[in-house]
Amino acid sequence: MTSCDAGCVLPANSFLPFCVDNLNKESLTLYVQMIKSKVDEEDYWHSSKFKAFTFDDEDDELSRLKESRQAVNNIRRLVEEDDDEDDVERVSWSGEPVGSISWSVKETAASSQRADREPAFPKISTDTPSISRSQSGYSLSSLFKGKPKVGNFQTFSDALTDSSVRLYAPELRKPKSEYKDYVSDWSPEETVQRLQQGKAVSLERFRTLQDKLLLLDHAIAAHDGNVITAVLIYLKRTLCKEVLFRELESRQTALRHFIHYLSETQNQRLLLELHRALGKAEDAALLQYKEHLSITDENKRRDFLKNCLSLPFSAEDLAHVQDHYTLLERQIIIEVTDRQAECGGKVEIFQKFPRKALILNMPLITTLYYCCFYHYAEPEGTFSSPLNIRQTFKISEKQYFVTALAARAKLKAWLDVDALFASRNWLGFTRKKSPLSFQRVVDILQKNSAPTHVLQDYVALVDDGELRLTLAQKHKCHDIVISTYRDMKDRQLLLGYRGKVVRGSAEERKIDDLLSNPQIRWKN
Amino acid sequence: MAHSARRDSPELPDFSILKRLARDQLIYLLEQLPGKKDLFIEADLMSPLDRIANVSTLKQHEVDKLYKVEHKPVISTSDQLCFLIRPRIQTVKWICDVVNTDKVPGKSRRYKIIFTPQKFYACEAVLEEQGIFGDVSIDEWPFYLLPLDDDIISLELPEFFQDNFLAGDQRWVRTAGSALHLLYSLYGPFSKVYGIGRCSKMAYESWREQVEEGEQKARQAEIGNVFLIDRDVDFVTPLCSQIVYEGLVDDIFRIKCGCVEFGPDVTASDKSVKVMLNSHDKVFSEIRNEHFSHVFGFLSQKARNLQTAYDKRQGMDIKQMKTFVSEELKGLKQEHRLLSLHIGASESIMKKKTKQDFQELLKTEHLLLEGFEIRECISYIEEHINRQVSMIESLRLLCLLSITENGLLPKDYRSLKAQYLQSYGVDHLLTFSNLRQLGLLVEQQPGETLTVMESKVGKLVNDKTAGKLTDAFSSLAKKSNFRALSRKLNLVPKTDEEYDLRVPRDMAYIFSGAYIPLSCKLIEQVLERDGWTGLEEVTRLLNGHEFAVTGSSGVDSRGKNDTQRIILVMFLGGCTYSEISALRFLGREKGYKFIVVTTAITNSSRLLEALLDNHV
Repeated sequence: MTSCDAGCVLPANSFLPFCVDNLNKESLTLYVQMIKSKVDEEDYWHSSKFKAFTFDDEDDELSRLKESRQAVNNIRRLVEEDDDEDDVERVSWSGEPVGSISWSVKETAASSQRADREPAFPKISTDTPSISRSQSGYSLSSLFKGKPKVGNFQTFSDALTDSSVRLYAPELRKPKSEYKDYVSDWSPEETVQRLQQGKAVSLERFRTLQDKLLLLDHAIAAHDGNVITAVLIYLKRTLCKEVLFRELESRQTALRHFIHYLSETQNQRLLLELHRALGKAEDAALLQYKEHLSITDENKRRDFLKNCLSLPFSAEDLAHVQDHYTLLERQIIIEVTDRQAECGGKVEIFQKFPRKALILNMPLITTLYYCCFYHYAEPEGTFSSPLNIRQTFKISEKQYFVTALAARAKLKAWLDVDALFASRNWLGFTRKKSPLSFQRVVDILQKNSAPTHVLQDYVALVDDGELRLTLAQKHKCHDIVISTYRDMKDRQLLLGYRGKVVRGSAEERKIDDLLSNPQIRWKN
Repeated sequence: MAHSARRDSPELPDFSILKRLARDQLIYLLEQLPGKKDLFIEADLMSPLDRIANVSTLKQHEVDKLYKVEHKPVISTSDQLCFLIRPRIQTVKWICDVVNTDKVPGKSRRYKIIFTPQKFYACEAVLEEQGIFGDVSIDEWPFYLLPLDDDIISLELPEFFQDNFLAGDQRWVRTAGSALHLLYSLYGPFSKVYGIGRCSKMAYESWREQVEEGEQKARQAEIGNVFLIDRDVDFVTPLCSQIVYEGLVDDIFRIKCGCVEFGPDVTASDKSVKVMLNSHDKVFSEIRNEHFSHVFGFLSQKARNLQTAYDKRQGMDIKQMKTFVSEELKGLKQEHRLLSLHIGASESIMKKKTKQDFQELLKTEHLLLEGFEIRECISYIEEHINRQVSMIESLRLLCLLSITENGLLPKDYRSLKAQYLQSYGVDHLLTFSNLRQLGLLVEQQPGETLTVMESKVGKLVNDKTAGKLTDAFSSLAKKSNFRALSRKLNLVPKTDEEYDLRVPRDMAYIFSGAYIPLSCKLIEQVLERDGWTGLEEVTRLLNGHEFAVTGSSGVDSRGKNDTQRIILVMFLGGCTYSEISALRFLGREKGYKFIVVTTAITNSSRLLEALLDNHV
């Protein structure tokens, strides 16, 4: 393969798609060029066990696929030739099963390609407290060992990377003593670095607490969450939880990784213990409360929520959880009664408006709406009475008003709607009062397709004249528009509006009457 | 359109090579499992995969059947199963179940897991725990970067946001560093790197280490400077309603991987249509960055032009007609199709927005940004909640209120929270706890008002408090200081001035002239000043973590002015289409070309949905 030889000026593995580390533009362009030159080689295609294929639309696709195919082919060749290239870092991409615990054994040669030039960009401080060696202390062995020499492992690792060898445990290949020396050679720093690079490394040598913590602190300093979690998994396995929790308390970054790991692996039990051990009772309570979401049976869920009431929530949250429990309890009762009423076929409203969904597990306001819809007139003593619900859950006047309004409007019960606004002053006159702006009232009514004659009453109550006019125009409340123009003595606008009403309608007549009324002094 | 574009903007590098690279890598991996195999693809990898390969590509490499990962028992009869997944523990657990189920009747198959963009030790630990380590082969597909358009590249990792900012898990830091390194290897060397945010700093470090580990040959740089920014530096911008066309389309129809599905209400037929939205769409590329109020006029003008072009047919002789059909008609038809789609979309947007009183909503947002009539805003939000208008929308307004006001008064917080839980369910207790942790929705602490006063006055806050912020917890749930920042950087233009949206004068046009996105303003300022000098007060208010570093190669490429004006902006935790539009505007004004790299495209809904915790 001649074109490949040209390519070999670069380290062979820079052709491997996986070595992003080494992948630079040159290698890629070269690699692409190389592919291009091969496209002509028809015999490649003839010798290939795969048939060439065609696309209906694009030739381009085909050539690109050819390239890919050849790229793959080239890579394979390069891999086979790899043996000659001792000084080249290898990355295990083949996915060979690597047998033993904690990614311990799979070994690749150390990078001998370390650039000895000045770093192009400077290091910046990343705020992690520098690791105090005195605090954790190196183990004796690492103190005496010094830096490992890369060359020492070369032959050994060569044997290991040989893709034809299936390696399950190094113990089988090397005498025990030698193996031990070999794995214990990595300092915490180097171990973290290798973990970061996805290279296999053993954590088993970190046995003293100091060693473990030193390793953890180096992982934290490297800012690589993947590595931090890897170390934490090892610590979880090799430290009792009391010690682990204690050490995590002073390492917030690691703690958060651990919490995330436990919640992802759904280790609820340990997570709760951790929160409690750290004195985060409220977090633990919330976490436990969350479990209710996975309980589908409503009675079991209710009982679970009842038990939650004894959890150490904040006073505020406890009140919410209490409400949650009370609400579900009540929904269960309402659901049973209403289902019977619906099946019995005797209650008119359920026949006219069959229920679309169960009321179980709905929010409080939805429940209130439901009760305003199906149980509006019930006396306050029943569980499903809107007034009772309002009382029990301390629903604000405005909130109650909005919900009742929407529900009654939906039923087109305009008398009920009207009654909601009724208020008597001390002289006994009724006037319409609303905790909600009338503009919003109109909006709610209109969304429930209230007829114009209903809308009109409420549009008229909008305080702001300009807004009232806009709303009246929008909702075709002609009377309001017409009388507003009359009050403004604006003949021109009135004339203009005449074109917008239905010809021959009462509104048109009204406009005509006004326009011909000699008593009005028009301003234009 | 009407922009006074500088003509000398440099050309963007060609990013299609990234797609080819990713595809070749995938094909190579598939070849590692020779013979027929069934491929299981993680649901959210389907769209990115579609952008770089198609089914026939996979079939050519002996993929027999394709399945979506659904966490259900598999029905495949193939004796080779390949799983293309994100490194997620739940997915790996499912695979373990599949393998262990096969083991019971002694069924023997070959399994391969391809993690993308990388594997995590935690996933391998699961394989080990479940006793199937060694039974499956593991590979990594370093598919870091997906070009969504000429100037947008996405990592397609939406979980980056919650993992990093909510959970405080730094698993994606190295991924971000590697993605940057890939760009550096192909289009570098960079001259300068600026950044702000904890994660940005760590990603920079990770990248720098990878540069040191690898080799770099001297080469003509295609990207000049780099700006890294954490999403939590600016939460205000992604929480605002988007009004620029592309952002609006994303808010309403949800653009997925550069592609949108328009439903029957847009297409005016009974079918839905999937449309790629990028610079190749001639109609879209002209309106994507425009304020929506501007779009209708443009589209109708375009429609008239099209009519004129069609009308040319009248009075043509046969020969002319032949040329017309062969040369122009196809283009016209294409344009016609696109035009009617975008008109349909605009109409649908109008309908939806008038229905929900968009004007009033925007008014409230603008008041919050300006800090006026906060009481009215609160009662607006309250009504929103009372009426059970969209759960996400209510949450968005609450968060916007909290960030702009530096937290809610305890009494307001309690009352709004209670009403929210009543309207949308008590389950949202967990959502509120998440929002508090992230600092998006908080109560003002007693004495906090004093601190706000102090920050207004200036340097009264001693440096010790700033120093304490390095603690992971406090920096994740930091104070926003939005008011002070807004004043310092003039983010909210004076209201008494008329703002002509047709001729935008600054980036505020993307929010109707009401607000210049903080993220983009920072970028503008740092590029202008060539660093953070003079912005000390601003960075202090943003809790620090700013940096500006020069590469050794930066000096010799000084002369190459064009490259210096190509700026790569990397958003860690997502960016919005509005921000991209703002940067495009800035680029046109100042002669830069921006390349936006983001962990994912985000918007207010996606951002908040990631924080909802009312489900299992």
